[in-house]
Amino acid sequence: MKNIKVLDGNHAAAIGAILSKPDVVAAYPITPQTPLVQHFSQYVADGVMNSTIVEPESEHSAMSVLTGASLAGARTFTATSSQGLALMYEPYFRASTMRLPIVMNIVNREMISPQSVWGGPQDSLTVRDAGWIQIYVEDNQEILDMTIQAFKIAENKDVLLPINICYDGFYLSHMTEGVEVPLQEEVNGFLPPYKPTHVKLDPETPMAVDPLTPGNYLQYYRELHMQAMDNAKKIIKEVNDEFAEKFGRDYFGLVEPYRMEDAEYVLVTLGSLTGAARIAVDMAREKGIKCGLIKIRSLRPFPKDEVRELLKKAKAIGVIDRNVSFGWHTGIIYQEIKSAISNLDAVPTVPFIGGLGGEDLTTDLMVEALDCVIKAGENKQIDNEAHWLINRKGR
Amino acid sequence: MKEIRIHGRGGQGAVTTSEIIVYAAVQDGKYGACFPYFGFEKKGGPVSAFVRIDENKIREKSQVYNPDCIMVIDPTLLNSVDVFVGAKENAILVINTKTIEGIEIPGNITKVAYVDANAASMDIFGKLLPNTIVLGAFVKATNWVSFDKVSEKTQEIWGPKNIEALEFGYNNVVIKEVKGGIIHD
Repeated sequence: MKNIKVLDGNHAAAIGAILSKPDVVAAYPITPQTPLVQHFSQYVADGVMNSTIVEPESEHSAMSVLTGASLAGARTFTATSSQGLALMYEPYFRASTMRLPIVMNIVNREMISPQSVWGGPQDSLTVRDAGWIQIYVEDNQEILDMTIQAFKIAENKDVLLPINICYDGFYLSHMTEGVEVPLQEEVNGFLPPYKPTHVKLDPETPMAVDPLTPGNYLQYYRELHMQAMDNAKKIIKEVNDEFAEKFGRDYFGLVEPYRMEDAEYVLVTLGSLTGAARIAVDMAREKGIKCGLIKIRSLRPFPKDEVRELLKKAKAIGVIDRNVSFGWHTGIIYQEIKSAISNLDAVPTVPFIGGLGGEDLTTDLMVEALDCVIKAGENKQIDNEAHWLINRKGR
Repeated sequence: MKEIRIHGRGGQGAVTTSEIIVYAAVQDGKYGACFPYFGFEKKGGPVSAFVRIDENKIREKSQVYNPDCIMVIDPTLLNSVDVFVGAKENAILVINTKTIEGIEIPGNITKVAYVDANAASMDIFGKLLPNTIVLGAFVKATNWVSFDKVSEKTQEIWGPKNIEALEFGYNNVVIKEVKGGIIHD
């Protein structure tokens, strides 16, 4: 019988982490991540599990504590949002370049200014080049499942990189829905213990870690890091497939195609806004319009081959960005998609920006976006200005 | 799909009420999803929560703009919030009030369910905790979730006194048909 619990996104994340049995958790609370840490601490206080919890004085310290713990061979977990991520930027970068498989959920929250606590992945997208694997998810089940998968991906000997599972603040973190919770024995059978050898502080077998390193070596390390990112593409898919087989839920690895069989008009989505876009696609399909969507799950490593393959027959593409890339007047995902398809024949591609600062991206707005993509395709309009999606409901 | 918008005041349990409805829907074998209107919730300030119930997986992640049911936990909200905005045709109003006389009910609401939850709350708890009484009224008026599952979760979160309150709301709600804003007995 299925074990369905009714959970918000933060609680689903906490359960995913608990089931993965991290040795050390260090976290500093920040809206909208706070309940995750609260739930986790509660489970430890109740004796459900025996992780060591450290409550440091800042996010910078939280990541530094985990750096030490990971170097000592511990499985480690944390979570943050927005300004918390910004404050930990220095140890964030170091965790990846030291190849420490730390798992950190990012509960996406808009960046200031002006002051905002609401959703938007500007925080994690802005640090996409800091060497972490970043996976974006759509609902609470995917949060739980990917938090478990994250450890297996990160700790794989061909990867050994830290990983972020990113989910939209409030839209998922505070949204309550039914979530199937795997049994501990099932997770034990899926996720073996972490036993590092590549980098470890052990008095019995001393190792120099992070000494002053000249450019020729540093460049070599970057090359290896890039190679690990490439390896991660294969491992993310393998872990996805093994998880699907064991738990019955398949997320398609790096990128999920939806109704793409013969799709001519395609929306590209990321995160929780995907649901509304699926509905818009279904509505257009009912009218006989050949359309589909692709949901980018892995932003780093970026699935350029898969994206290129999926988009090669598209007559027009629309990229929905809940973020901005200042100076380009588009969102960040738009740049990524354009890079991936740069060696295909030019196809009309429309950059959409909307849902910033926790604004709703409604089904109506996804219909508007799809209509705009169809029009750009019919007019063969290659150059397209950013189309701002503005929610007028409830105003 | 059934969409519900709950209006309450910070501290009255509007958000927890929405979570209990989702719990019941899921236990009934349906899909449910809810979330609060996000903000810096202040005790006593107007808050709202959004619930969706469906036979299929719920995909949109946005506020409820066109509710099938509007739940009003605190009657004084009528003075400050347009609780009726966006109501669907044939929407149901579930409201904590002594009387519905004097309330201007828009034409698209065709059923009103009301209970004097403030008075009952004073009897049961000795203080103002109207939400479970209104929740009981909601279950009876809509029949969208099973009473047993709502009761089960209410017991778990708030204990036996609230079961008394829930049952009071369920058994004492007055349900009236409305046509063009005119109430029919």
